[in-house]
Amino acid sequence: MNHDNYSDNYIRSILNTVKTIAMVGISPKENRPSYFAFKYLLDRGYRMIPVNPGQTAKPILKQKVYATLSDIPEPVDMVDIFRSSEHVLPIVEESLRLTPRPQVIWMQLTVRDDEAASLAEKVGLKVVMNRCPKIEYGRLSSEISWIGVNSRTLSSKRAQNLGTGLQRMSLGKSDKKDAR
Amino acid sequence: MPDAERTPGFATLSIHAGAKPDPTTGARVTPIYQTTSFVFDDVDHAAALFGLQTFGNIYTRIGNPTCAVLEERVAALEGGTAGLAVASGHAAQVIVMHALMTPGDELVASKKLYGGSINQMNHSYKNFGWNVVWADPDDLPSFEKAITPKTKCIFIESIANPGGIITDIEAIAKMARKAGVPLIVDNTLATPYLCKPFDYGADIIVHSLTKFLGGHGNSIGGLIVDGGTFNWSRDKKYPMLSEPRPEYQGIILHETFGNFAFAIACRVLGLRDLGPALSPFNAFLVLTGIETLPLRMQRHCDNTLAVAEWLSKRPEVLWVSYPGLAGDKYHKLAKKYSPKGAGAVFTFGLKGGYDAGVKLVSSVKLFSHLANIGDTRSLIIHPASTTHRQLSDAQKVQAGAGPDVVRLSVGLEDKEDIIADLEQGLSTK
Repeated sequence: MNHDNYSDNYIRSILNTVKTIAMVGISPKENRPSYFAFKYLLDRGYRMIPVNPGQTAKPILKQKVYATLSDIPEPVDMVDIFRSSEHVLPIVEESLRLTPRPQVIWMQLTVRDDEAASLAEKVGLKVVMNRCPKIEYGRLSSEISWIGVNSRTLSSKRAQNLGTGLQRMSLGKSDKKDAR
Repeated sequence: MPDAERTPGFATLSIHAGAKPDPTTGARVTPIYQTTSFVFDDVDHAAALFGLQTFGNIYTRIGNPTCAVLEERVAALEGGTAGLAVASGHAAQVIVMHALMTPGDELVASKKLYGGSINQMNHSYKNFGWNVVWADPDDLPSFEKAITPKTKCIFIESIANPGGIITDIEAIAKMARKAGVPLIVDNTLATPYLCKPFDYGADIIVHSLTKFLGGHGNSIGGLIVDGGTFNWSRDKKYPMLSEPRPEYQGIILHETFGNFAFAIACRVLGLRDLGPALSPFNAFLVLTGIETLPLRMQRHCDNTLAVAEWLSKRPEVLWVSYPGLAGDKYHKLAKKYSPKGAGAVFTFGLKGGYDAGVKLVSSVKLFSHLANIGDTRSLIIHPASTTHRQLSDAQKVQAGAGPDVVRLSVGLEDKEDIIADLEQGLSTK
């Protein structure tokens, strides 16, 4: 897997497949990027589970906070890592011990650990590094175009509304042949 | 469009970038969203929009879907990460400086800029406490010498107006990188069809849409493109981007928006608070213009080369300054930075001086005597008596606008007609 460049279909197929996302390292402060991403994905219909050992006393956006991934009592489809690169490896190792295993490990913008990525890929997980799922969702749904960002996508088909509000768009269908 | 497998070409991007069919109606051409405001889905959605937590539309002073298509279109053509449309090229420059500068800061700018930019930087910027230090693109070390610890950016034009000067973008970009400041390039005269400043190390591009991008002389507009290349958080020099913002509950824009944070800062701090928003109707007209940009620019350049070659053989003409001409001082730089043509704006000198310039602009019949450039129509002006009138005589000569200078913006008419009009104008006693 080339982790310098991901095809739009690879990213789209991940965001179209996963339903439950555990965000490791979320901040309860509403001006932090992790809070932004968590709230945005929650608002797009994902089941979002906050993971932060220092923040278990109070829910974040009404979602119960767990200290570790292993504490989560339900299956997780994707682990989204909001920690700096040096903290990634133990989080990936813990993810791989979960039953059932998650399908996707996602590392946020500026976060990258190739060794941890290959561990996960060896047992069949998909990995995305140095990307933000909020930005990628916004880009592939065309929502991000509203703020003048170059989505690097062209289409003669119109973007589809998500159906939960006028300014929430869906990702569109994944093209199966190029999902990998 | 297949996703990442193919990178679309320039002509395809000129037509399609940013412009998917309208999600609500299916309208294929981008609609003119002539509205001040957009309804919120609910209270929570409104809060998320105002807090920058979600993408969407609030109020046309901050963003508008028609303007957004234009922003993405130009960002894609330049190879940048994001764009911001504003009311004019001058507004684009002020918004960029507002995001970078605080009172007492300096910018280093080429002394061979469009006369209006020289005025803006020399005079209006003083009221903000921003000080311009001029450097000479013909003397590259003068840029390095002008840089001080107070310098926040370097500003140049890719093809300078009106003199037909090509700036060595790559050399100046290296100096900017060494100094740890962004390089801003005004790419108005070249357009991304002729020159892509990000390929040579520019960090921010500004445009007057009024000129060749719009191309039809019907709309004033400006645009800022973020190259996504500059590290705003390396030091505390750029607090708009690297420090918690009191306007938005302590958000740090660079950390939150990554490689398009500069465009966001220009929108949510500059445009929001200073207010020079582009009309959606103007955005629509410019978008229509851009669809034919590659066709028009090539014809502009081909016509201009023919006119410049013809003028250079006329007895009334002392000199022609067009980098497309083989013997021109800037021909080598033009071959590097603008290989498809050297643009459509250039100057020439009349042996008869000031009076001959005034006589020529008065006698032409096809050329229009006016202050704009980059129209389908051929345009003519005598800068010393008009656009550059406010400058001192020394500044006029420095800016390439001495008393004998006539500036042309060659249009898309038949080149034989353009030349015939100049011939009758020059022959008029």
